[in-house]
Amino acid sequence: MRVYLDHNATTPVRAEARAAMEVALRLHWGNPSSVHAEGAAARACVERGREEVAALLGAEPDEVVFTAGATESNNTALQGCLRSAEGPGSIVSSAVEHPSVDAPLEALAQAGWRIVRVPVDADGLLDPEAVAAALAPDTALVSLLWGNNETGVLQPLEAIAPRVRERGIPLHVDATQCVGKLPIDLRALPVDLLSLSAHKLGGPKGVGTLVVRRGARLAPLLLGGPQERRRRGGTENTPGIAGLAAACALAARELPERIQRWGALRERLWDGLRAKIPRVQRNGSAKRVLCNTLNVEIEGAAGELLVQALDLEGIAVSTGAACASGSVHPSHVLEAMGRTAVAARSSLRLSVGHGVDESAINRVLAVLPDLVARAREAES
Amino acid sequence: MSGERVVVAMSGGVDSSVAAALLVEAGVEAIGVTMHLAGESSRCCSLADADDARRVAERLGIPFYVANETERFRAEVTLAFADAYLAGRTPLPCVTCNSRFKFHHLLARARVFGAVAVATGHYARIGSEPATGRLELRRAADPAKDQSYFLHELGQAQLAAARFPLGELTKAEVRAHARRLGLATAEKPESQEICFVPDGDYAAVVEALRPGALPGEGEIVDGQGQVLGRHAGVHRFTVGQRRGLGLASERRRYVTRIDAPRNRIVVGDADALGARAARIPRVCWVAGEPPAVPVRADVRVRYRHAGAPATIEPLPGGGAQVVFDAPVAAVAPGQSAVFYAGDVVLGGGPIGEAQP
Repeated sequence: MRVYLDHNATTPVRAEARAAMEVALRLHWGNPSSVHAEGAAARACVERGREEVAALLGAEPDEVVFTAGATESNNTALQGCLRSAEGPGSIVSSAVEHPSVDAPLEALAQAGWRIVRVPVDADGLLDPEAVAAALAPDTALVSLLWGNNETGVLQPLEAIAPRVRERGIPLHVDATQCVGKLPIDLRALPVDLLSLSAHKLGGPKGVGTLVVRRGARLAPLLLGGPQERRRRGGTENTPGIAGLAAACALAARELPERIQRWGALRERLWDGLRAKIPRVQRNGSAKRVLCNTLNVEIEGAAGELLVQALDLEGIAVSTGAACASGSVHPSHVLEAMGRTAVAARSSLRLSVGHGVDESAINRVLAVLPDLVARAREAES
Repeated sequence: MSGERVVVAMSGGVDSSVAAALLVEAGVEAIGVTMHLAGESSRCCSLADADDARRVAERLGIPFYVANETERFRAEVTLAFADAYLAGRTPLPCVTCNSRFKFHHLLARARVFGAVAVATGHYARIGSEPATGRLELRRAADPAKDQSYFLHELGQAQLAAARFPLGELTKAEVRAHARRLGLATAEKPESQEICFVPDGDYAAVVEALRPGALPGEGEIVDGQGQVLGRHAGVHRFTVGQRRGLGLASERRRYVTRIDAPRNRIVVGDADALGARAARIPRVCWVAGEPPAVPVRADVRVRYRHAGAPATIEPLPGGGAQVVFDAPVAAVAPGQSAVFYAGDVVLGGGPIGEAQP
């Protein structure tokens, strides 16, 4: 019986999402743009999905643009928003972004844009005043990762967003890790663009959303047919959208319980690790953090080695950021928080989610201390 | 062997793939690991090779991981490689890679995994001396493939934790196994050169690693010190080398000595290449200790050297003096002298100095 504690990487597809996809594949295979009954059935499926996603976020259905996932959403937000701007100006972002924002930002820097990276403190947090101070007359966009995928640290968006709005600058938020883990109400949060991905909340891979608030300017990234109100070309991924919608409906229903349950499991894990393993510390704020995420530095033990040894014991965790090869680079997020490269290499990310129970946590607590002792010995 | 947990060092090549497969067939609980050692441009142990190894591991149904050792490899192997060339030696990084990376760092990882040993695709054998029970490193059954030369730094503890499943096989048999097992790497070309030196251009690697320490142009002289020409840096030469000297002469001349402090290449005729003896400052004895008295052995002074009979005299401080029965050509400092008693490796170490 495997223990899966890597829900920030991806989540198992919930049975409800699988069932909804099965129905869509079986019954709603028509082209949503078609006039006939087959098309209409598919169109209805897509529009129901739009309503579910909007409902979870406090958005309007017509603000929901379906994409192939958060990477596409982020690229659309950055490239699309800026293509509609007057010309190269500045973009304000942070030092702890996801690669799907970092890479487009690098490309924009090549094209003459000035990228302002607001630093984070030792807890991984942005100072809202520092973000406000980075805004300039030529700032065309602010793009921030809300809940950090590696540390789980939650940026003080409620304090940042009004300051950005005050200046009339569009704000893009990557909320991929937040959706389904904390209440989001866009009616109360002045955000212009918001990215999410289905597979982080019990839905399938290959589908996500860019929420484009009414009034936000956006040029499409994918040019094609008139789908998604001309904001994203291409025949809609109907089964994917159905899966995402089912996952959003579950999230809306389960959210209070998730926050309580996952938070309790995470704290049980942290308490146990702290009691059983000497020289261990938590990375990032313990207060402003996603309910499911624990990132720890285990001094003198290589994270890469522990991930592999735990896998052999049937436990799936991560060092935070794995490159495609399975080989690991030191985390830029932990380095931005002032950790040394050595400390960053000694870090583990454990992220709980649906299907994790106390016995899973107990299993980790039974196995990890001994592996840490062995890993420390191997290093010395 | 059956039932034990063993880490297999998988490079993505045919040899280590077959080694892994043979262990699995023997009932060993194998775990595949590719060590990512050098940068993306490296031909061996690159991430593309890791993908090949991963495919083989998946086919064998064994766990597979990549061990990122690039920083350690740079510190312990590639920089030392560059520094040796700049000091006029001809380094042998594979020996260090085996003793430090496969049978030290990877073995340490294996122990964390609860494994008892590390297996590799080397062609070599491990036996034991009947009288003492001491482990012996022996030549492979296939003399054309024997790689015991590169493993001479392994001591008793390392041999106890080493497995060489290919030691009894020929290369043809290994390829036949690969085809039988349907391994994707069955027809992959063999790697011969140093893995982190693309296209064999080691001078370019040295220049990239130590750009601030390059010697610049120097003189080419004969045995009497007469200047015959100029060269572009001592790191571009190896004792015994004939090509690339750029000398206008009818006579065949060879590099007989590299004088790094004076940035000089000394050349001479073929008969000036012979060394009667060699000093080995640091010897690893497989038995764990030097013999009490001088021993007779066949000594190989480079990998592609059949060996020459010699007397080995252990020296105080861990070194040895090797006295050849007849002069041996092109004994290059930095290469390893490895001592064989028949098929058994007694020990060896990097050549410090060749003596005429």
